[in-house]
Amino acid sequence: MPHRFVVATSVAAAAAVALSACSASSSAADGGLSKGPVTLNYAIWDQNQQPALKKAADEFTKSNPNVKVDIVVVPAKDYWTKLQTQLTAGAGPDVFWLNGPNFQLYASNNQLAPLDDAVGRDKGNYPKSLVDLYTYNGKLYGAPKDYDTIGVYYNKALFDAAGLAYPKAGWTWEEFQADAKKLSDPAKGVWGTASAPYGQMTFYNTILQAGGHIISSDGKTSGYDSPEALQGINFWNDLIKNGSSPSLQQITDTWPGDTFSSGKMGMFWDGSWAAGTYSKADGLKGHVGVAPLPAGPDSNVSVIHGLANVANAKSKNVGWAEKLAAFLSGKQSAEIQATTGTVIPAYNGTQQDWVKALPDLDAQIFLDEAKVAAPYPISKNTAVWNAFEATQINNIYSGKTTPEQGLQDLAKQMNDALAKE
Amino acid sequence: MTVLEQEISTTRGRTIPGAPTRRRRNRKSNWWALLFIGPAFVGLAAFYFWPIVRGIEMAFEKVGAFGGSSWVGLDNFVTVFTQPELGGALLNTLLYAGIALLGIPIALVIAALLNTAGLRFRGTFRVIYFLPVVTMPVAVSLVWRLLLNVDNGIINTVLRGIGLPGVAWLSTPVVNVVVVALVGIWMGLGTQIIIFIAGLQGVPESLYEAAELDGAGPVRRFLSITVPLISPTTFLLCVLSVIASMQVFDLIYLMIDPATNPAYPASRSMVSLFFEKGFMTHDQGYAAAIACVLLVIILILSAIQFGLQKKWVHYE
Repeated sequence: MPHRFVVATSVAAAAAVALSACSASSSAADGGLSKGPVTLNYAIWDQNQQPALKKAADEFTKSNPNVKVDIVVVPAKDYWTKLQTQLTAGAGPDVFWLNGPNFQLYASNNQLAPLDDAVGRDKGNYPKSLVDLYTYNGKLYGAPKDYDTIGVYYNKALFDAAGLAYPKAGWTWEEFQADAKKLSDPAKGVWGTASAPYGQMTFYNTILQAGGHIISSDGKTSGYDSPEALQGINFWNDLIKNGSSPSLQQITDTWPGDTFSSGKMGMFWDGSWAAGTYSKADGLKGHVGVAPLPAGPDSNVSVIHGLANVANAKSKNVGWAEKLAAFLSGKQSAEIQATTGTVIPAYNGTQQDWVKALPDLDAQIFLDEAKVAAPYPISKNTAVWNAFEATQINNIYSGKTTPEQGLQDLAKQMNDALAKE
Repeated sequence: MTVLEQEISTTRGRTIPGAPTRRRRNRKSNWWALLFIGPAFVGLAAFYFWPIVRGIEMAFEKVGAFGGSSWVGLDNFVTVFTQPELGGALLNTLLYAGIALLGIPIALVIAALLNTAGLRFRGTFRVIYFLPVVTMPVAVSLVWRLLLNVDNGIINTVLRGIGLPGVAWLSTPVVNVVVVALVGIWMGLGTQIIIFIAGLQGVPESLYEAAELDGAGPVRRFLSITVPLISPTTFLLCVLSVIASMQVFDLIYLMIDPATNPAYPASRSMVSLFFEKGFMTHDQGYAAAIACVLLVIILILSAIQFGLQKKWVHYE
């Protein structure tokens, strides 16, 4: 229903314009920082992080009493379409979350305000890979908020029942696959693991571990047509074929994280962002552990990614927006996010608090992995080739095409897309 | 349409004593009519006509991810017709539209039953059939996804209980489009029933009485009186159903997840493709060209339907 859709979005946009016109007072001449009452909208997509960020925002208001912060949670599925529509209409949030795949698109289209001044000397307090991720043409446009690496969560009760030793640092692909097979018990509906079709959680890591890459370091060519990429994909495809993982059709209908949470899955590759959820899950209480990724032919490297707080370049209170974005990624906010076990903050020196907030897990492994982690693959319009990726990987996992053919096709599609950027 | 015509004809037939003649009354009311239509028309122009015009214009432009555009002539249309996705999306959409048409005879039968004089709990039944219409598509999709879950869904559990294999309802190509179309029928049935009931009340009772005297049973009365006399309503619903089905998006987007469902590329509709290009991969010119193609297809299908109506629609 395109017409109805356009109507709905235009109405929403018009309403947003009206609202922001009411709430935002015009900025004064003194460096753009209004002394009158200011309300800043802060858009995020994760409900679980709202309580911690609310606390951080309240701290900001405490030191800047004329500035009120409204946190707007938009479901992840609609976040980007809504944000893009709002920004195009000139009615975007003042401060919002941005991730790696979307960063260059927003930065290159002048949607973001540079944060070099607001972040200032704190720039040296963030991991370099994240500062690089959010730098475009020599300017920092995103204040690194947090980071995440991938680990293997495992269900100790299922390991005990199968008489297996818990996975530990230094284990290999072969050991992982053998455990997955032994943990599978179709009669009881128990799976060894799951080949989730999400690159960041699964195959990006295994491709890197085989010694391959997803995108070349200059961001111009695809790495999917290499033998290493094939090895990395086969790792997951084989698990589906030998029954250690549910089929893609089953994964579509039931999110494997939920299967793992309910105690019906031995091991699941997931990000550090899920640590809080799994340590509190009813089906896992007291018997969930996490191990570093198993080593492939080349390494056991994990992908690292992190969100950034960014300021809307067209915000009516852009000065305050820059200050808030920097504050929300700063030390005080980082400490709140760490001690509440929300996410691993990007601010160096606050990460240990996050580990301490999750005493049931060996969450330290995520910090150790970060030291050698590989950057998340992105380009100027990442979404275009991500769509090809989803299609081809799904074709491979569902047996519609061979891994060899699927990856060749994917590399070609991706190279064509990159050439057009 | 029938209801409206019925009303007009009754007003026409009656002469109201002391009332001004029709001509004069019409001329006088024009002025007022404009006043009443005016505000609605402004809204319509701003939120319907302008987007349509702009949409067609965008089909000939390269549009930036955050606005800004430049004229590129027919480039977008060349892309639409040279990329492989269009054919599959069109076939899926036509399949969906074809299945959705089956809702109309079902709605007519239910409407006729609900219209039976002296039916007990008539109000309750009407509410039950209308409930899906007022339920949010998101909620509907969520519930149906649970029912259709390949491992733990009720439908597969029942099938396995009687010794049949379960089916991956939402991730088997073609099957999933049929399933989504059936859910679409279920969601739209209430509206169609209401429109049919309104139409049925315009069928003169005397015809049924005469037929009954001639010895026609309920089935015969339905087929020989109800079906032909209600055909203008049926026609209206067919046209509306095809137009709505050709624009199916929400149910497919919600029930067949583009990110994880392996059958998604084989199940997308025209509007899914439009949404993907315009809002997921930021090429709004390409998306607008798809919308233009869809517009032309809908116009053609509607024209065909209007052409065919002479063969089966009976106006009194």
